[in-house]
Amino acid sequence: MFQFKSMVASAAIIIGSTTIANAGCGLAGGNVSVLANDFPALHAVVSAAEACAGDGVTMSKNHTKEHNSLQVPGLSANPAEYSVIVLANSSLVPLMGEGLVRPLDNLVAKHGASLQKHQLVSIDGKIMAIAFMANAQHLFYRSDILEQAGVAAPTSYEEVLAAAKAIKSAGLMEHPFAFNTAPGWNLGEEFVNMYMGTGADFFKPGTAEVSINNAHGIATLNMMKALTEYSNPDFLTFNSDATQALWEAGDLALATFWGTRAGPILDGEGSTEAVTSTTVVASAPFLGGGPRPSSTLWWDGFSIASNISDEDAEASFVAMMNGISREMVMANNDLAVWLIDGYKPSASSAGVSATAANGAAPYPMVPFMGTLHGAAGAELSEFLQGSESAEQALADIEAAYTAAAKEKGFLN
Amino acid sequence: MKHRTFMWFILPSLAAMVLFIALPIFSVFTQSLFVKHDKVLIETEVCGPFGCKIEVSVDPEATKKIKTEKPLGKFNGFKTYTNRNHLAFDEVSVAWNTSSSVSVFVKSLLNLPFYKALLFTITYTFCVTPFVIIIGLFIALGVNSLPQILKGPTIFMSLLPMIVTPLIGALILFWMTDAEGIIGSTLQRIFNDSSLSLKASKPLTWVMLMVYGVWGSVPFSFIVFYAGLQTVPEDTLEAAMIDGANRWQRIWYVVIPYIMPLVIFITLILLMDNFRVFEPIIGFSAQANATSLSWIIYNDLRGGEIQYFSSASASSMLTIIGVGFLLVPILVRTWRDFNSKTV
Repeated sequence: MFQFKSMVASAAIIIGSTTIANAGCGLAGGNVSVLANDFPALHAVVSAAEACAGDGVTMSKNHTKEHNSLQVPGLSANPAEYSVIVLANSSLVPLMGEGLVRPLDNLVAKHGASLQKHQLVSIDGKIMAIAFMANAQHLFYRSDILEQAGVAAPTSYEEVLAAAKAIKSAGLMEHPFAFNTAPGWNLGEEFVNMYMGTGADFFKPGTAEVSINNAHGIATLNMMKALTEYSNPDFLTFNSDATQALWEAGDLALATFWGTRAGPILDGEGSTEAVTSTTVVASAPFLGGGPRPSSTLWWDGFSIASNISDEDAEASFVAMMNGISREMVMANNDLAVWLIDGYKPSASSAGVSATAANGAAPYPMVPFMGTLHGAAGAELSEFLQGSESAEQALADIEAAYTAAAKEKGFLN
Repeated sequence: MKHRTFMWFILPSLAAMVLFIALPIFSVFTQSLFVKHDKVLIETEVCGPFGCKIEVSVDPEATKKIKTEKPLGKFNGFKTYTNRNHLAFDEVSVAWNTSSSVSVFVKSLLNLPFYKALLFTITYTFCVTPFVIIIGLFIALGVNSLPQILKGPTIFMSLLPMIVTPLIGALILFWMTDAEGIIGSTLQRIFNDSSLSLKASKPLTWVMLMVYGVWGSVPFSFIVFYAGLQTVPEDTLEAAMIDGANRWQRIWYVVIPYIMPLVIFITLILLMDNFRVFEPIIGFSAQANATSLSWIIYNDLRGGEIQYFSSASASSMLTIIGVGFLLVPILVRTWRDFNSKTV
């Protein structure tokens, strides 16, 4: 009996270690260390990449919401603390400017046969990142409430205002609209998205000088103010978790959320059947006859650090290719709008696809965009509270941006 | 004691303070004098999942070259201290010259981030400190006169606000004061106003933050005063009673002069702590209505994807100078008392 058990045990160990050794990655060795944000889609990718661990390849990961603050310090060390960074459009350009990520052309030629052309993010002809999922803010609405108020699904923010007014006058909801207006990154993002809808540029072409204090800027701010009039008076504390909670509680009829929130809202948890069955996702609305939706397209992808050995870089690239494989997408189809071959669009992704189909532009990948984003997020709350005019708010944003850009060396 | 003995006695503490306080402050001060090098901007083609576009980008080789030559950055002197995000000398003088009245000037001044934060920080410090001292003293006097059997549990209950982690305490109060929370909806009912929201109104947010600040710090002053009350000499109190003093007169003429050194000690600590107010603002997500000096330092370093080290360093140095200003009167008074005693 004892011998039989130990035979079974040793057989299991041998089979197990053979499985690990033949992980299908074909790597001789290397150290892979991943830094990523903390949400389910990225958990799926990194877990799939972890299958390459073992047999000389060591893997470690760090999923954290603080990844933005860890990127530059982690990669500046030599050797770098992380070999793979999972990042988005806004994070790539600053890292590239500091020389912290390496070109991937050789690795793509060697191991990237399964990649589609639109997954390759290249700057000045060199591939700097591989994108694997897309995201954008778009409109969510409750079809039952709109029907009761007798309004059609809005396609522009003016129609959103009219619909909110109708819902309020019909007594259906006191505060039917919400978007992520917490000061800081969230409020800055809403400003950037709304301004994009006007089709105007943020900066004077070819320079880092900001130019938003114009008719487009004023139209943007006035629309944002008008929308907050239909929001809960606490709107200056709303981040995306707070607004999702409001939606799932059934307190909203119209909202602008990130596409990645569609999955958690439409799933069976945290809300009632009445809300989830009538939630509809649609393209981001247009602004006043502008040329494109008032939204920005974001991609999430990965880059490989510069300050690591070539062996680690290759191991990391192969591991991440495993992480974004077709099998991973088929197992986790609904977690994100994947850019990978094998993805089947679902109900949750219809909003992002519609926004992209309507011609939304990507988030500007210029190095000083983050500075403008931060300045807008810090200076807009007084305007939304009604204590200053739109012109004053825009002048404040421009002054705050100029001071910060001078500190960063973008302006003299 | 001899000076040499004294020096040996404090050597470990002094070494630790130099290593962990003085050197970092010097490093932060050095950092505040530099900014990043001017970046070399070039126009390149950026291609991604959504198409290609010509965008302005940073030339990595040129930037790296400048950075390796001069790693500390570009010397900026005190210009970071006087730029718009800090003392804003240019903006203040423009506002002074163009304002039609004092109130217009003050409004333009408060539009600047540093002065907005400074106003809340000073208001918070000078409102919370006296309340904490007075309420702490009253609680200590009350607990001191309780029957022995009730003293233990009452002391424990009074210490609870300080035992609760500041951020958790702030979050709990944040949820309770929400329009749908228990305090929020009760207030709406009392004032018969369904749009009353503590979070949306600036003055009410300030009041809420200060109430939370007082609640969280009272146990500290309570326990220090309570310990001090045990040392008040009984015979002086009895003599006062014989002389016909009532309870309030005994407290005012006997107890308070005896515990005055403790009052000074607590005032010192509270002024320093309250000037660095930060957790309530985060816990209450109140940055739209109230920012503090510590908050603007945090926002520069963690507010977005870009970290502004020079700006944060300058704000840190200004905070240290601010704390210095606050403490100077008390330190001068303590020094004078010390000198008069040795005479």
